[in-house]
Amino acid sequence: MQQQIDADQVRKVAKLGRLELTDAEVEAFTEQLGAILAYVEKMNELDTTDVEPLAHCLPISNVFRDDVVGPSLGTDNALANAPQRDGSFFKVPKILDDSSGA
Amino acid sequence: MSLDELTAIDLRERIAARQVSSTEAVHAAFEQIDRAEPTVGAFISLFRDEAFARAQEIDRRLAAGEPVGALAGVPVAVKDNLCTRFGATTCGSRILENFHAPYEATVIRRLLDAGAVIIGKTNLDEFAMGSSTENSGLKKTVNPWDTERVPGGSSGGSATAVAARLCSIALGSDTGGSIRQPASFCGVVGLKPTYGRVSRYGLVAYGSSLDQIGPLAQTVTDAALMLSVIAGHDPADSTSVDERTAPVADYVARLDEPVGGLRVGIAPAFNAGADESVRSALDAAIEVYCGAGADVVEIELPHIDYAIAAYYVIATAEASSNLARFDGVHYGYRTPNPADYVEVYSKSREEAFGQEVKRRIMLGTYALSSGYYDAYYLKALKVRNLIRNDFVKAFERCDAILMPVAPTTAFKIGEKTDDPLKMYLSDIYTIAVNLAGIPGLSIPCGLDPAGLPIGLQILTPAFSEDKLVRIARMFEAATEWHTKKPAIVG
Repeated sequence: MQQQIDADQVRKVAKLGRLELTDAEVEAFTEQLGAILAYVEKMNELDTTDVEPLAHCLPISNVFRDDVVGPSLGTDNALANAPQRDGSFFKVPKILDDSSGA
Repeated sequence: MSLDELTAIDLRERIAARQVSSTEAVHAAFEQIDRAEPTVGAFISLFRDEAFARAQEIDRRLAAGEPVGALAGVPVAVKDNLCTRFGATTCGSRILENFHAPYEATVIRRLLDAGAVIIGKTNLDEFAMGSSTENSGLKKTVNPWDTERVPGGSSGGSATAVAARLCSIALGSDTGGSIRQPASFCGVVGLKPTYGRVSRYGLVAYGSSLDQIGPLAQTVTDAALMLSVIAGHDPADSTSVDERTAPVADYVARLDEPVGGLRVGIAPAFNAGADESVRSALDAAIEVYCGAGADVVEIELPHIDYAIAAYYVIATAEASSNLARFDGVHYGYRTPNPADYVEVYSKSREEAFGQEVKRRIMLGTYALSSGYYDAYYLKALKVRNLIRNDFVKAFERCDAILMPVAPTTAFKIGEKTDDPLKMYLSDIYTIAVNLAGIPGLSIPCGLDPAGLPIGLQILTPAFSEDKLVRIARMFEAATEWHTKKPAIVG
């Protein structure tokens, strides 16, 4: 079947979606996503050349408000659920490697 | 006192008249919860002490003659994807198992302002992704009518709580049928309002252009009462529509006034895909409307067969973007020993998301990725426009469309879990409604030969909920299906 997704594409998409899939998941998703995508191809039966894309159904477009300062969450509330914090910061592993010369 | 004989509106009136106290109502709810909850598993969390404290406060206010709201003292359950300041907000996911929201959803604020007593938060498919509540990462919920069957989903916990009379009324959310389908499977009323009618602020987002919060209730009146409490513009949600564009009505006030000259639309070819028992219940429901003086009009929805395809591209694309926020950094689960910062993201997500959530993130990421965007995402948005126009055209010829809620009654636990596409296809009757943004209501209309509830779906044009609930009430007033209860109620 054409357009079916292969294991390499599944791994590539998983990387884009920041999911470190197991080999078993890659295998299962290759088959399941292939079946779903084959079904979705059904949309190609429709000629949509002159049809506008519809992103939402609202009878409104842009919504503006006055640029006034209101109450906000505050540092402690914002950090209350952090897996790790350091003072008023979210703590994460080192991003720049000392040896990379970056 | 027992909750199974009282609707929310009865209870509210008795509490307001001080014939029953809110404390007694909460006591009755927890008595039933203690009896039935171990079997059905509707709740992820319960707030017994807090509920009694709040009930006592409502009772005190009533005794002092202080003003109280439209749901004063009434026990209510809410789906656990609505942010509350009390308890956790888990979305049925291990990634949020210990998440305590630092703010509350607008609908929660409105419930509390109306005097409701929130007794617990209900189970759901993880991040509301599913049609059976089997995708919850935290809990198993079963159908109160048959414990070997699913309650439907994703608002399966809320539907089960109302059906088993653990509370009078509950909130759910509906992205592709997640209020209407579990309402149908559990024999209760479920209402998905028009997109933009109810603020989504504080609803953990799945498909942002499709999600909408709405009530699950024993009766149309209770659903209308709940809608009156939660509907309306909210500056915190720019997709909630302002009062000038779509004024909010008192949905209870004119409920018993039948809609005169009613034309109901039927799409026979589309409905033919449902099981025999569902089709005959639908035919009987059409007869009820004819008996009430309605005319039947045959309509066509020429693009509706493409709704599932378009939906699973649009909803997963939006989900892949919305769920990017779960990064193991700001809140939620973090993998214990990440080798580097990339593993903080990829391993935390891998370890804490369930299979269906991963599948949808994968599908949505693929549909939005370079080289596939036009073929999948853009194509789906165009198909969405065709589907919306189908409804616009159909409503030129009728006031309401009647159709099944689901092709079958509640299916067996495990029956569809191995085949995601099969599960998706069971959403055929509910999904187009979200793509079109219109309101839809599910109401009990029969029992199949196995004694399982069947739902009738009623659809009306955007922002016509006032008419929708009156049309539903016409059916309810002429039938007794809404009075049927599962044996577990006792």
